[in-house]
Amino acid sequence: MDWGPIILTLKLALITTVLLFIVSIPLAYWLAYSKWRLKPVFETLVSMPLVLPPTVLGFYLLVAFSPSNDFGRWLNEWFGLQMVFSFEGLVLASMIYSLPFMVHPIQSGLANLSPNLREASYVLGKSRITTLFKVLLPNIRPSLLTGIVLAFAHTIGEFGVVLMIGGNIPGETKVASIAIYDEVEALNYGAANSYSMILFALTFTILLVVYLVNGGYLKRFWK
Amino acid sequence: MIEVSLHKKLMSANGEMKLNTGFKLEKGEFVTLYGKSGAGKTSVLRMLAGLLLPDEGRIAMNGTLWLDTNNGINLPPQKRNIGFVFQDYALFPNMTVKENLLFALGKKDKSVVDELIELVELGNLENRKPQTLSGGQQQRVALARALVQRPQLLMLDEPLSALDTEMRISLQDYILRLHREYELTTILVSHDVSEILKMSDRMLILEEGNIVKDGKPDKILLSKDVSGKFQFSGEVIGIQKQDFIFIISILIGKDLVKVVADEDEVKKLQIGDKVLVASKAFNPIIRKLP
Repeated sequence: MDWGPIILTLKLALITTVLLFIVSIPLAYWLAYSKWRLKPVFETLVSMPLVLPPTVLGFYLLVAFSPSNDFGRWLNEWFGLQMVFSFEGLVLASMIYSLPFMVHPIQSGLANLSPNLREASYVLGKSRITTLFKVLLPNIRPSLLTGIVLAFAHTIGEFGVVLMIGGNIPGETKVASIAIYDEVEALNYGAANSYSMILFALTFTILLVVYLVNGGYLKRFWK
Repeated sequence: MIEVSLHKKLMSANGEMKLNTGFKLEKGEFVTLYGKSGAGKTSVLRMLAGLLLPDEGRIAMNGTLWLDTNNGINLPPQKRNIGFVFQDYALFPNMTVKENLLFALGKKDKSVVDELIELVELGNLENRKPQTLSGGQQQRVALARALVQRPQLLMLDEPLSALDTEMRISLQDYILRLHREYELTTILVSHDVSEILKMSDRMLILEEGNIVKDGKPDKILLSKDVSGKFQFSGEVIGIQKQDFIFIISILIGKDLVKVVADEDEVKKLQIGDKVLVASKAFNPIIRKLP
């Protein structure tokens, strides 16, 4: 069996999750505390990948990043970025696709904290940044873990977006879910089964870890 | 000295309310804000702390402007150097008792943290997380944390309302001790008459966003009757049986008074009850104190 698609899947999920985490913290902070009137529009946009067929997202990304399009050409000329049928393109598409899975847990974690914690920190002379990193984030660790793991697991499971914008290039865009489709089409049910089993076991383990940690079952081993 | 003038439209339970307050506080004063819930007490504290912006207002602390809406001055809470104790304590759950205090301290000299931990008697609890402490212990941590930065102004938003009577009385003593030790100007929000009489030099009564009374608590709270009757209101803090009679300890103002009672009277009383202590038939002796 070719391990390439599995390794590529994990690499994609890892890079996507790290970048998404960095982007999601300020975004979730803003969504949790802003009182701006247009906020619902942005909340809706963040949630869109939950309901939109992945193919729709993939289709528009494909059109937007196509080198025959001004924006795609500009990206290519100025940054040397080829977003269509490339790993970079997959990372960006996955980030958009998994955005709600990272943002929502962090946003609701922040919103559920007592506002007095934030205000107590301000009154003690602490800046917003210090308050975020020393008070708010440490107190929503379960939400952070949930966001990280859901985004990671969701990226492992994506198919439609990858198919539209990434295609099927071995070592570049051929992730495990695509490989399964490929093997089934070629009637290699054995190989398809191996990939499927690995994905099943992987995602099951990841989710199990979240429930164990957030449910406090592992604490007795740590302390 | 603090000069305050605050105006804001607030949404209260009974609809829109206009808050219009203005007062001056002297250094070292212990002032209670008294009033029904929804009268605007917490809003006044939050505006003083910089957590809520009034529509119009001015706050000057010893000549430094904290707020002047006419000139666009509004110092953020971080720059006002105040101590604020929240009703729900707002201790940081991810830090131990000592870490909560050290976080407040920043990079200053650590001796004040040890001193405060000693003053509120938390030495044996300093490595515990706040969730594992009782309400009274958490409140002591919150009190100590509010004073770490040596603020000039301490504000307490109904800090004792969630505690039982014994705990409340002991915390009142801690607050008074800290108020004197650190030469604070203190504003307390309280509903509790005996607490106000015991603690404050002055009280402001807030009704529908306006200050309707301002003066010494005993004058305001005990002047219901001027017919020459001898009466005080207080709180029962102890009932002891002695032979055939009972001795009831009552806290009146800052003083503890013992009153003799019989069994029938005691049946109706329990610790924490607010009572009126009055006498008609005898003439009190008045002697000038040296």
